[in-house]
Amino acid sequence: MASRVEILNDGGFRSDGRKQYELRDIIIDLSQQGSADGSVVLSHGLTQVSASVFGPREAKMRSQTLHDRANINVEVTIAPFSMGERRKRSRNDKRVLDFASTIKATFEPAIQTSLYPRSQVDIYINVLQQDGGVLQACINATTLALAAAGIPLLDFVCAVTGGVQSASPLLDLTTLEENDIPHLTVAMMPRTGNITLLTMETRLHVDRFEEIFQLATSAGHVLHREMKAAIKDRTRTLVAAMSVAPKAVGEKDPVYSERMDDS
Amino acid sequence: MRPPSPSIPEKEFVVEALKQGLRLDGRAALEMRRPTLTFGPDLGWVDCSLGKTRVLAQVEAKMVKPPPERPFEGQITIHSEISPMASSEYEQGRPSEEEVTITRMLDKIIRRSDVVDKESLCIQSGQRVWNLRLTVHFLADSGNMLDCACLAAIVALKHFRRPEVEVVGDEVIVHPPTERAPMPLSMHHTPFCLTFAYFQDTSIPAILDPNRLEQRLSAGVMSIALNAQRELCVVQKAGGVPLPPTEILRIVGVSTEKSKELDKFVKERLEDDWKTRKVEVV
Repeated sequence: MASRVEILNDGGFRSDGRKQYELRDIIIDLSQQGSADGSVVLSHGLTQVSASVFGPREAKMRSQTLHDRANINVEVTIAPFSMGERRKRSRNDKRVLDFASTIKATFEPAIQTSLYPRSQVDIYINVLQQDGGVLQACINATTLALAAAGIPLLDFVCAVTGGVQSASPLLDLTTLEENDIPHLTVAMMPRTGNITLLTMETRLHVDRFEEIFQLATSAGHVLHREMKAAIKDRTRTLVAAMSVAPKAVGEKDPVYSERMDDS
Repeated sequence: MRPPSPSIPEKEFVVEALKQGLRLDGRAALEMRRPTLTFGPDLGWVDCSLGKTRVLAQVEAKMVKPPPERPFEGQITIHSEISPMASSEYEQGRPSEEEVTITRMLDKIIRRSDVVDKESLCIQSGQRVWNLRLTVHFLADSGNMLDCACLAAIVALKHFRRPEVEVVGDEVIVHPPTERAPMPLSMHHTPFCLTFAYFQDTSIPAILDPNRLEQRLSAGVMSIALNAQRELCVVQKAGGVPLPPTEILRIVGVSTEKSKELDKFVKERLEDDWKTRKVEVV
């Protein structure tokens, strides 16, 4: 079962030209989509995911309201054109349902649901293109969309995939790499460094696991920086557009910029 | 029908006791309930119980024609539906969230991590392969059905013997057990699943093998499936209280110890059972 394409060659380069610990290009687009309260289109390299958040709003499903918290509802749709071969997935596909419930469980401790009893927060995720790291992309997109919607979060949730190719750890895997090497997905909250999600479905020795686990956790901080910068950028644009006195682009509002400069 | 949530005095008592390192049934924090394995008259029929949680697993084999894209591999299908027999909170026909979790975990542990060597299930490539049907029945839910189901399924696969087949030219002759001794399945490794529950109060350490009350009061669970050779097959921690990486690594370390104990136990029980059966050809 030797791979025709080398996962990691002798020069230390991977099949897409990256180095071992290099993450793929991240493109975050926080522009408004439809009538969503918060929406984002996020790309990790070729994996593209769009997330829309509605809420907190009145619960549509009365049977699932909680008297002291908001109910989080996650629906994931994987577009049939997202993979190389066109494949339509039914609504009750167990894999997709498992995906959605994993994302819901990941965000339960992160969203401050106790502030909105009897309400509902709807998160709709569309997977547009798959090239590895789909769960990672969905979680990161959800964090950004929730922040864009103004829903109070305890902390960002940043997710990264990691794998091991014969004792060499790799980060942020593509489909080619995911099919070949054992890998895991970690979602962590950067302020405390605690882990909310850890999934691994392939066989990996315990010693190797420890190494890649530590590495992926620290990679979450890198993502945190990018996501935070994107959110702040968007907020800056929105505030400038909303300001009463027309300002030239680039001119600083003294009060506002003082607050926004703390990182 | 959802059973009523635990009462506040129950909840406070259990949490206070756990803070002092005491569990309601007297176990230590990282102590598992002693598993009991009962083997049925058929080969591949195992009844596993962890305390009051009982799960029954059964393996059957039949010959089928393989799909054209995979002519050299046998097939394994897992059927695990939780009926209201386990508990009144499960409804027939409607998969609850716990059922989806258990089904997916069993699928990942047994199918995705390649427990059974599928190529050894091939009789005639492209024409006949063995199709193994693993059925898991949940008889009683007293917490941690996942670990019980996984143990039952793995032991059933180890216990099962398939009839021996002989291929003469184009003809396939299946020898019944009375003629030739049936053969065990060729398995790559033996994974065991261990579930840890942890609570909102982070001063309470994680507990292994929660019973029903502990599971309902827990703020999250982490399931680890690994074999005795220290290879992790599945790690699943979705949501719940965020844990620091050091705690997760500690739990992984504990699981490696426990899986070795379980492996030894399973081997002993299988040997004991095998002695009581007559499988020689007279």
